[in-house]
Amino acid sequence: MYNPLEIAANIFSVGCRDWDIRDFHGYSTYEGTTYNAYLIKDEKNVLIDTVKDEFADELLENIGKIMDPSEIDIVISNHTEMDHSGSIPKILHRIGEDTPLYCSKMGHKNLKSHFNRDYNYKVVQSGDELSIGKRTFSFLETKMLHWPDSMFSYLKEDAILFSSDAFGQHIASDAVYDDEIGDEVMSHAKKYYANILLAYSGRVQKLLQTVTDAGLKFNMICPDHGIIWRDDPSAIISAYDKWSRQEPSKKVVVIFDTMWKSTAKMAKAVAKGVEDENVSVRLMNTRKWHRSDIMTEVMDAGGIAVGSPTLNNGIFPVVADVLTYIKGLRPENKVAAAFGSYGWSGEAVKILNRELEQMKLDIIDEGLNVQYVPDKNNLEKCIDLGRKLGKKVTEIC
Amino acid sequence: MNQYECPCGYVYDPRTGDYENGIEAGTVFEDLPDEWVCPLCEAEKEFFELIDE
Ligand SMILES: [Fe+2]
Ligand SMILES: [Fe+2]
Repeated sequence: MYNPLEIAANIFSVGCRDWDIRDFHGYSTYEGTTYNAYLIKDEKNVLIDTVKDEFADELLENIGKIMDPSEIDIVISNHTEMDHSGSIPKILHRIGEDTPLYCSKMGHKNLKSHFNRDYNYKVVQSGDELSIGKRTFSFLETKMLHWPDSMFSYLKEDAILFSSDAFGQHIASDAVYDDEIGDEVMSHAKKYYANILLAYSGRVQKLLQTVTDAGLKFNMICPDHGIIWRDDPSAIISAYDKWSRQEPSKKVVVIFDTMWKSTAKMAKAVAKGVEDENVSVRLMNTRKWHRSDIMTEVMDAGGIAVGSPTLNNGIFPVVADVLTYIKGLRPENKVAAAFGSYGWSGEAVKILNRELEQMKLDIIDEGLNVQYVPDKNNLEKCIDLGRKLGKKVTEIC
Repeated sequence: MNQYECPCGYVYDPRTGDYENGIEAGTVFEDLPDEWVCPLCEAEKEFFELIDE
């Protein structure tokens, strides 16, 4: 049974599944996603977050199976990105435009700008509490996790955390809980972290510290996407701790594109060299692998090698796409090197090195430039480069 | 001393500086190095706006 579903006494999951979405602002969602929303029945009835605009009716229908939507007294917006706030106008229109709308200071700014409406905003900050009858909410601002407005709402008596995007995963399925989906969920959560939160890992570390210091317990963690963590909420907390430390592992990701297979040959040779050092390798052609899958592999790798042919005095467009994307997510603690084949002028390696430098990665070699087709000698050099990467990765791991 | 606000909501207060990034208390916004970025969202200085007192 999917939503609406009572996940704890008088607490309901009322969100919607988006089975169709395959591209979530540039993140590949092969299995769709969900927009989670939660309804709490108490002296005051509370709706936490909404769904993407086109799912508003479905959300109202889910709510309608529990109570008349107009019985909702309070709406909390933990995160104003449109996949969660998009239906706020339709929902408020249905339940009453003057319904108190709780949000953070930046949430207030964003919602005003998104909808250009003067709703009954109630701005809260960390530590503020809201009593709804038998239960009390405590708010915790989680700025830049992953937007300036992001916040958590914690239901103290039930020890349930509503964590907005944090701890989420893009997957639509029958499952509502971690124990209904098995180990597979961690790979989705990992991809989500790599592509949405990695850039803010320092803040994740601070947040986890705050949570530990406050001695907060979680019976359940309810994110805004994917399954609810009820069987073992600590599993996702420790995973976030691990991912946000950005500890390198014995893995090198070889990211490349190729024109007439020359750079591909080089990439394979580099990969071989890496494996010679007993370091695992991922060979990822940028036109075969989605940038968000490459990013997931890069996150916990100890090294990356980037290869591109020179095209019109520049690097390949898809390689540039992937590098721009990776740079924005600010991966750390990696060694790196570049390589590529060229015809007459060979600017690609120089440009790749500049990109790697901007990412503040540790460039361990000046890079390999090969004219036209790599010969045996060139390929040996590629293998050597792979070995060098493999050795360095082993050193830092 | 003038305070400046980043579009993400972070406020640079010269009285406290930005200790974690090596900016001492008492440093006015104008004297922050060009490569200084918002400690919260990493936006560059040019995006900051003066807060009217
Ligand atoms: Fe978001
Ligand atoms: Fe989201």
